[in-house]
Amino acid sequence: MTSSYQLNQTDHLLHVLFNEQQKSLHISNAAITSIAAQLNLPRAQVESVVDFYSFFHRTPRGRFDILFSNCTSCGDLKLMQQLCERLQVKPDNTRADGLVSIGQTSCIGMCDHGVSLLVNGITLTSISAQQIDHMAELIEAETALAQWPASWFKVGNNIRKEGLLLASSFEPGGALKAMAGRDGAAIIDEITAAGLKGRGGAGFATGMKWKFCREAQGDTRYVVCNADEGEPGTFKDRILLNSHADTVFEGMTICGSVIGAKQGYLYLRGEYRYMLAALENTLQQRREKGLLGSNILGLGFDFDIHIVIGAGAYICGEESALIESIEEKPGIPRIRPPFPVTQGLWGQPTVVNNVETLVAAARIVLHGHHWFVSSGTWQSRGSKLLSVSGDCARPGIYEYGFGITINEILNDAGAEHVQAVQIGGPAGRLIPADHFEHRIAFEDLATGGSFMIFDHSRDLLEVIHNFARFFAHESCGFCTPCRVGTTLLKNGMDKICSGHGTAHDVDEMNRTAALVSRRSHCGLGMTAPNPIRDGVKYFPELFEARLLHQEMEPEFNLDASLEEARNLTHRDDEEAHL
Amino acid sequence: MITIDGTEVPFEAGQTIMDAALAADIYIPHLCHKPGLSPHGSCKLCTVDVDGRAVSACTLPAAEGQKIENNTPALNEVRKTITQMLFVEGNHLCPSCEKSGDCTLQAVGYHLGMLDGHFPQFYPRRAVDASHPTLMLDRDRCIMCELCVRASREIDGKDVFAISGRGTGRQLIVNSATGKLADSDIETDDLAAHICPVGAILIKDHGYEVPIGRRTFDLHSVAETDLEEIILKKTVHHDQDDESVEKEGGMYSA
Ligand SMILES: Cc1cc2nc3c(=O)[nH]c(=O)nc-3n(C[C@H](O)[C@H](O)[C@H](O)COP(=O)(O)O)c2cc1C
Ligand code: SF4
Ligand code: SF4
Ligand code: FES
Repeated sequence: MTSSYQLNQTDHLLHVLFNEQQKSLHISNAAITSIAAQLNLPRAQVESVVDFYSFFHRTPRGRFDILFSNCTSCGDLKLMQQLCERLQVKPDNTRADGLVSIGQTSCIGMCDHGVSLLVNGITLTSISAQQIDHMAELIEAETALAQWPASWFKVGNNIRKEGLLLASSFEPGGALKAMAGRDGAAIIDEITAAGLKGRGGAGFATGMKWKFCREAQGDTRYVVCNADEGEPGTFKDRILLNSHADTVFEGMTICGSVIGAKQGYLYLRGEYRYMLAALENTLQQRREKGLLGSNILGLGFDFDIHIVIGAGAYICGEESALIESIEEKPGIPRIRPPFPVTQGLWGQPTVVNNVETLVAAARIVLHGHHWFVSSGTWQSRGSKLLSVSGDCARPGIYEYGFGITINEILNDAGAEHVQAVQIGGPAGRLIPADHFEHRIAFEDLATGGSFMIFDHSRDLLEVIHNFARFFAHESCGFCTPCRVGTTLLKNGMDKICSGHGTAHDVDEMNRTAALVSRRSHCGLGMTAPNPIRDGVKYFPELFEARLLHQEMEPEFNLDASLEEARNLTHRDDEEAHL
Repeated sequence: MITIDGTEVPFEAGQTIMDAALAADIYIPHLCHKPGLSPHGSCKLCTVDVDGRAVSACTLPAAEGQKIENNTPALNEVRKTITQMLFVEGNHLCPSCEKSGDCTLQAVGYHLGMLDGHFPQFYPRRAVDASHPTLMLDRDRCIMCELCVRASREIDGKDVFAISGRGTGRQLIVNSATGKLADSDIETDDLAAHICPVGAILIKDHGYEVPIGRRTFDLHSVAETDLEEIILKKTVHHDQDDESVEKEGGMYSA
């Protein structure tokens, strides 16, 4: 018997709202009222969800709704401008005839494919300037997406280097069969002996997490796979979901049997919707093979998996925000303690694990911990999938044993004249060239897998500016330091990058950054100032070069701020300037 | 026992650091916390350092042996900055606000020695809702503390308010078909109608009954005020109690 809390997948608020957005191109007040009634939810809850997630809109979008990634690796807003000009529409606006709307969105996880976008929620990769012209014609002719060149929608794996996880083959059910005769405690021991730590970024010991959850008091338990993969520059979970979905689901099933859960949820980021049909198909095949459902493989336990699809909110990768999102609420991180292992989904003990963690867990059960510890360092066992992107000849997925140096990776990826590497995404660290002997490992440079390369042709200050905009856009807004602070930091970078900053502004940013890092409610705010802090620390000359002057005086450009008045009065003569 | 700024403070199992401090008459600045409502942990004004780690006093359970720093110059500087953040992200024109003098945000600003907003104003555009016959919603002043949200849910047994949106776009919304307060089931006597620490939810027809200069925080600093009392007395406080005015002097009295 499954828990009474179990959601009907088709009735999930996020899915109902997605369908409404597709059908009506926006979510009207009337739709909010009727959806609230239909799902028996407070109207304000539905409204707050609509307003929280980027992919839901209160005013109509175009019949072709296009969102360009604004990531430093898979975005290029010049191409967005080009399409806007071709189609005569302003960014973030819908054309008067309702045909098209064009805007931008945070990284869509296609960093190995060059410039990418979402059209009506579906991923389109490797876009060139010529293609933009062709696309504009298809849109003007209202050509259905099904008739667009199929090659545009291709998402490759780009696996460049295989290690422990990617090199070995996996037979669906193999790891479950390997569980026979071993109880939950033995499985936990195996995973603990392998030294597996979470691959989502925080690096919590997986065996310990499962143990805590198994021992926690509850009516039921849940397994959640975190496939939100929102950190700009990260796309390794995409490859695992695309080519190793069976292993992911098997890892979830094993966890379910160990902790005593009957229901699992895969939380898939909205940007990966194009994979949904294939994932559902894999789930169905597993049910047919007796690998999901009741009395799995005759081992005497029941387990099934639902997929919940996000709608454009980086914060939903934070585990407690993710849980809120599965609970049909805005993704606002919870107060911790209690942690999800004791009070997670619907208040019940819940394991939240990253996709890669679950793949590794399944493989450890299959091959044993000796196999796993053959790779890595003694504090960081096993391998890590890195998503390598940016300025290099061979972007893609590289699986290394922990302990690999940045230099070795740059060499493999064919990167030259490297100015800096951003490890772990904007929330991670900006590493200057004289630190490239450092190693990828929990004890040195921990990372969820994002590895972005910036060569000397890049304006690094603009990269930092881009990251500051990202956090201001993605802050959930729950706590004061992050809600206000990320916007203050973005404003500070706006000012410096536009050449209006002074040493005073850098000083102010430092002060705000320190406060936001230390006083915020969750990991987003705690890491949001990292790019600015690392930038000021390792590349102070870049900031100095852009400053108006070095005095500790705030600068106010009176002439520039009169621009609005000049526009209003249609004046631009000498008298109207200072 | 826990230690707050060197003073030993007892606590009971299940109490947060804030609970223990309040019981011992130690003031930890706070805005989104109110005893009797579930803790929220959003304003971060109650940030304290526990054994060197930054935590919210209103949400962290007290635990044996915690060494807590609270009333230190460094922490009060942090709190002042957080208060300034709250001021600049909204539209707080205190001299024209009915809540002036009874406003906890303003009082905390005074307590922390805040003299200006420090940061450039955000000037958000937020809608006013004057639809209700006895209540008034001025979102410009909302600090997203969700006290009204929780009071409605946990004490009034209703679900009148919620916060919608993301980041600096967050806004208070009303749970009614039109989104208007008049169409909700809020009543003037509800705690949710009175709990707002700032001038975002106001009772109509009771403006300026207590003259400025004689209001709660004109007479007492926020650190020595029982915030519970303000809500209860709301419109009838201090009118006769003029002796203390002479003695202590109000914020605005010469
Ligand atoms: C802002 C933020 C975003 C996060 N995004 C992700 C994510 O996309 N995927 C992920 O696995 N973990 C993410 N995490 C970490 C999760 O909170 C959590 O630690 C992780 O899913 C636990 O799984 P693991 O132990 O297997 O790593 C994020 C954390 C924060 C603070
Ligand atoms: S730190 Fe940022 S993302 Fe996290 S709770 Fe606070 S506002 Fe939300
Ligand atoms: S209206 Fe008042 S009580 Fe409600 S969230 Fe805003 S500031 Fe807090
Ligand atoms: S009082 Fe603790 S965070 Fe607001």
